[in-house]
Amino acid sequence: MGKLKASSLALPLIAFVVVTLLVPIFSLVRLSVYDSTVAEALPKTAEVLQAWSGTELPSIEVYETLAEELIAAQETRELGRVASRVNRILSGSRSTISKTPRRFARTDAPDAREEFIEIDEDWGELAIWHALRQATDTFTSRNFLQAVDFRLMPDGSIERMPESQQVYVTLFIRTLGVSIAVTALCFLIGYPMAYAMAHASSGWARILLVLVLIPFWTSLLVRTTSWIVILQQQGVLNDIFVFLGIVADDNRLTMVHNMTGTLVAMTQVLLPFMILPLYSVMTNIPRDLTKAASSLGANPFQAFVRVYFPNSLPGVAAGGLLVFILSIGYYITPALVGGSKGQLISNLIAYHLQTSLNWGLAAALSVILLVGVIVLYVVYDRFIGIDRMKLG
Amino acid sequence: MTTHVEFRNVAKSFDGHTNVVEDINLEIPRGEFLTLLGPSGSGKTTCLMMLAGFESPTAGEILVDGKSVQDVPAHRRAFGIVFQSYALFPHMSVAKNLAFPLEVRGIETARRNELVDRALKLVQLEGFGSRKPNQLSGGQQQRVAIARALVYEPELVLMDEPLGALDRQLREEMQYEIRRIQEEVGVTMIYVTHDQGEAMVLSDRIAVFEAGRIKQLAAPITLYEEPDDPFVASFIGENNRLFGTVTQVGEALCTVDVDGHTIQAAQVAEDTSPGDKVVVVIRPERVSILQSDHSLSNSQEATVLSITFVGDHLRVQLDTCGNPDFIAKIPNIAGHGSVLKGDKVNIGWATLDCRALPIL
Ligand SMILES: Nc1ncnc2c1ncn2[C@@H]1O[C@H](COP(=O)(O)OP(=O)(O)OP(=O)(O)O)[C@@H](O)[C@H]1O
Ligand SMILES: [Mg+2]
Repeated sequence: MGKLKASSLALPLIAFVVVTLLVPIFSLVRLSVYDSTVAEALPKTAEVLQAWSGTELPSIEVYETLAEELIAAQETRELGRVASRVNRILSGSRSTISKTPRRFARTDAPDAREEFIEIDEDWGELAIWHALRQATDTFTSRNFLQAVDFRLMPDGSIERMPESQQVYVTLFIRTLGVSIAVTALCFLIGYPMAYAMAHASSGWARILLVLVLIPFWTSLLVRTTSWIVILQQQGVLNDIFVFLGIVADDNRLTMVHNMTGTLVAMTQVLLPFMILPLYSVMTNIPRDLTKAASSLGANPFQAFVRVYFPNSLPGVAAGGLLVFILSIGYYITPALVGGSKGQLISNLIAYHLQTSLNWGLAAALSVILLVGVIVLYVVYDRFIGIDRMKLG
Repeated sequence: MTTHVEFRNVAKSFDGHTNVVEDINLEIPRGEFLTLLGPSGSGKTTCLMMLAGFESPTAGEILVDGKSVQDVPAHRRAFGIVFQSYALFPHMSVAKNLAFPLEVRGIETARRNELVDRALKLVQLEGFGSRKPNQLSGGQQQRVAIARALVYEPELVLMDEPLGALDRQLREEMQYEIRRIQEEVGVTMIYVTHDQGEAMVLSDRIAVFEAGRIKQLAAPITLYEEPDDPFVASFIGENNRLFGTVTQVGEALCTVDVDGHTIQAAQVAEDTSPGDKVVVVIRPERVSILQSDHSLSNSQEATVLSITFVGDHLRVQLDTCGNPDFIAKIPNIAGHGSVLKGDKVNIGWATLDCRALPIL
């Protein structure tokens, strides 16, 4: 009874998690595989096309059904969306579909099929019918295939994207690479810093802690743009290099709007997430451990490698996982300082959400990202143990 | 016996003006069990850490085997140290903990395993090698810490309040173990504690610390029977203290006037002269309640304020010589029932059982 009461107190929290996390994830997954636009706009056509052999043009009745429904769709203003869905399968079919209902009145062909073909010759080809039939499927693998640079052909076969259009796999790999690099950089910079903080006198430790936390109080946008000021060709860093004679004035380094910019800015932005867990773990390592190691004959290097570092691993694990997961989904910084070469997968997801409005593809890319992170998390748990890591 | 460790006029200051320890002089023969005993903050750990090489003296020097260790870094000193916190490596199994000092010394595997097994046997933890330290009880961890400090056969072992965290029974068991191991292995042991009982049980000699200075360095029995410092007298065991002035000095004896009462006491400082302020100390168990027909060299009237039954003895609180907190321990034998609260009684003690200690 008491237990029930206690858990009922947690109900609002559970509801909150469900509403803010599980529901969006569920609808994301649904969006990536489910699209009923065409099936709902052309229900009868969808039905009769299921019975179509696919080897020759459909019967006159099918053309008639389609004509009826296209006109209806035009009236309900669904036509544009239908056309764009079919166009994703067979490019060039958008105009064929959207112009058809408007032109019925102007033809005087003997039957519906002839009418269609008179309006656009493509209606006499099998391709558009295959595309249409595929578009009426409410469940589709098209988005996932596209997200890994394959495409579903109108006839249902699967093919690699032409080389020029293969973008996503490269981008996933780049995102992974950048995340690993940022995590490694954060570790290399963060570990000594956390060590210094944990072993400084309490006055110094407080000052260093404030320095680490200051970025948290500054807008991410401001921090990212300040990197542009520092790194650009006429920026502070290049000025210093030129002043010191390291680079020539007419040969200034390009450090922003490319990969360098993304790496530098992301590392700086994510550094606190590495330092803080490390710091908290390190302050909890008993000082006696290293003393004991040296009393047992270990030189300072051995004492560090064999005793101190293994005991700081939970912090490394926590900081590493945090930085890695944050950088996998990082958006603003690469968008601002990454240029075209420094874009990551989340920038493409944003593009499909905001510009191309291909939400299905955006959802598929997000799902792949999410699954990737979960897989990594599980692998991580296997080898390092989530319960062993400490956030503070 | 040769001197193993020597402190010569050692002083240490952390802040540059106040000395935490001062004028420490110690000569520790090989194989001795020496305890540093003193209240919290008296500088025991500081002395140990200077010897271990984690702190350096601000003055004086420390010698091991006659050579100054000033410039020897901690990891080359090769002493076995048992920290108060045990400082077992939590990420290593017990066997790995023990193997650590052997590995860093480059001892090959077969020999290593042999030594580890022997050390485990010494502390009676055979079969615990594969456990992690957090899977052991406090006493077991303690024994692992001792085994680890001994496994590479150091000649000098330092222990800093190793039994502080244990309950009484376990502590007594471990005291016995430590003494047994020390005698078995024959190492020189420097042991820190602020528990005087522990120090009495374990030590060959005890150095009593107060405020950074060694007040007395002697065998336990000497410290108990013949303290030559008021602090030592009250720190080791229980002592009644009567403050007074020397009136007469005899041969190794003196007469002291305490609040108008005359007391004969053993004289401790050679240069005692009449008029000196002294404290007369008497062990409670040396005080008797006199039957009318007995007499002792020191006999005083007293009022019984309270009687506590302790079991093997009675603890009687008396008001005598102007001290309302004078304690006598009366053995629990037939006839003690004759003393009642509020009684006026005669108490007495032998001259040699009370000592006059100079107040500085
Ligand atoms: N690193 C340090 N910096 C400044 N003062 C210190 C430091 N270490 C010890 N002290 C001071 O030196 C004095 C003696 O300390 P020490 O640790 O030697 O005492 P201790 O006799 O071991 O006491 P305890 O029985 O409580 O362990 C204390 O007053 C302590 O505050
Ligand atoms: Mg101490």
